[in-house]
Amino acid sequence: MRKSAIMTLAGMSMALIGNVALADEATDPAVKARTAIMQLYANNIGQLGAMAKGNVEYNAEAAMKAANNLALLVQLDQSTLWPQGTDNASMVGTRALPDLWKNFPDVMTKGESLGAAVTAMQGAAGTDLAALQGAMGGLGGACQACHKAYRAPDE
Amino acid sequence: MVLLVGAIFVATGWGVTAPRSLDEVRISSIIPDPERGRMVFYAGGCASCHSAPDASGEEKLHLGGGRAFATEFGTFYAPNISPHMEAGIGGWSTLEIANAVIKGTSPGGQHYYPAFPYTSYAQATLEDAVSLGAFLRTLPAVSSQNKPHDVSFPFNIRRSLGGWKLLFARRGWVVDGNLTEQQMRGRYLVEGLGHCGECHTDRNALGGTRLDAWLAGAPNPNGKGRIPDITASGLKWTEGDIAEYLKSGFTPDFDTAGGEMADVVENTSKLTDADREAIAAYLKIVPGSK
Repeated sequence: MRKSAIMTLAGMSMALIGNVALADEATDPAVKARTAIMQLYANNIGQLGAMAKGNVEYNAEAAMKAANNLALLVQLDQSTLWPQGTDNASMVGTRALPDLWKNFPDVMTKGESLGAAVTAMQGAAGTDLAALQGAMGGLGGACQACHKAYRAPDE
Repeated sequence: MVLLVGAIFVATGWGVTAPRSLDEVRISSIIPDPERGRMVFYAGGCASCHSAPDASGEEKLHLGGGRAFATEFGTFYAPNISPHMEAGIGGWSTLEIANAVIKGTSPGGQHYYPAFPYTSYAQATLEDAVSLGAFLRTLPAVSSQNKPHDVSFPFNIRRSLGGWKLLFARRGWVVDGNLTEQQMRGRYLVEGLGHCGECHTDRNALGGTRLDAWLAGAPNPNGKGRIPDITASGLKWTEGDIAEYLKSGFTPDFDTAGGEMADVVENTSKLTDADREAIAAYLKIVPGSK
């Protein structure tokens, strides 16, 4: 009896240590998948941004590729990637705020704004550098609108 | 704190704590330029505090006030600065607007609390202050009534703010020396209108900014994490990274600005490329914390 209690305690502390170690990593497959989609966004926007900032020479073809990738990402059906209970109050490894689940119509509206910004970038990316630079602001604004409302600040 | 405020009076005296005013003749000789005023408005971030809580888009131009700012000195409520004749500043003269912005003095001759960042705005040119006034008059009138600040003794003695101003009003520039024209423009925007130091610089016990730790980061007033160090040694971003961030909100990793900076970027995105580049050029010459 006493031994099993000690074992349980030991088990609990192991579990606690485990939780601490994994505090920042998502284990939920849906959360991992949606985080990966965000990274794909960042990767493609990064290619456009590098040209916008002058870190990489402007290349119409490469810019169009990145913009077209963004257009594909926007069309992904993410409906299974945001299940209830995957907010930052319910689990570790996500910065998604519970508010997101309370305001789905607004989230959809913001998603449509992102779609419009990506379409604008598709129109601009292959034109010239000035057009690409001009479309970056709209893209940033669309990403930020959702992050500001539904993502906890990074600490 | 009572003693400290008392000490402010002793140290600075009653007479010198009286509110100050700008030169009326000089102000009246300036021809206001509302378009210039619009840029001052965005550089100064007026809407971030004076629009209604949760306002977005066009609503940000409805400056009826009402946002609450909880501080260790009490809770302050942003006032109505829309051109409404009774509820707002519609009845104010250009001199009164400029005195508020640059001197932190109300038309009634009272000191404002420094939740209103006039210690930064004090660097503004009279031309910019006058033009800002002209731009504010073009915005929609809002009838929201001002909410009194919830500040307890001794901070409710507004006269004591005269001493506070004497102690903490900045005279001249924080970063001095041989600056290029671009760096000087950046300094004007960062140290002055942009009032970046209000959040990015640590404060002493009386709420004055620590100029020896200028822009070197500070605890976040909301209690979580720290507001980042944006000095040349603290912020590893390139000038291009900084300018892009202030334009589109994208960080060098192509994540987006978070927290309060999302609001700031909403404003800086309205500035010119040249001004954003000037801000970046200035930040690159700000020395690290001593």
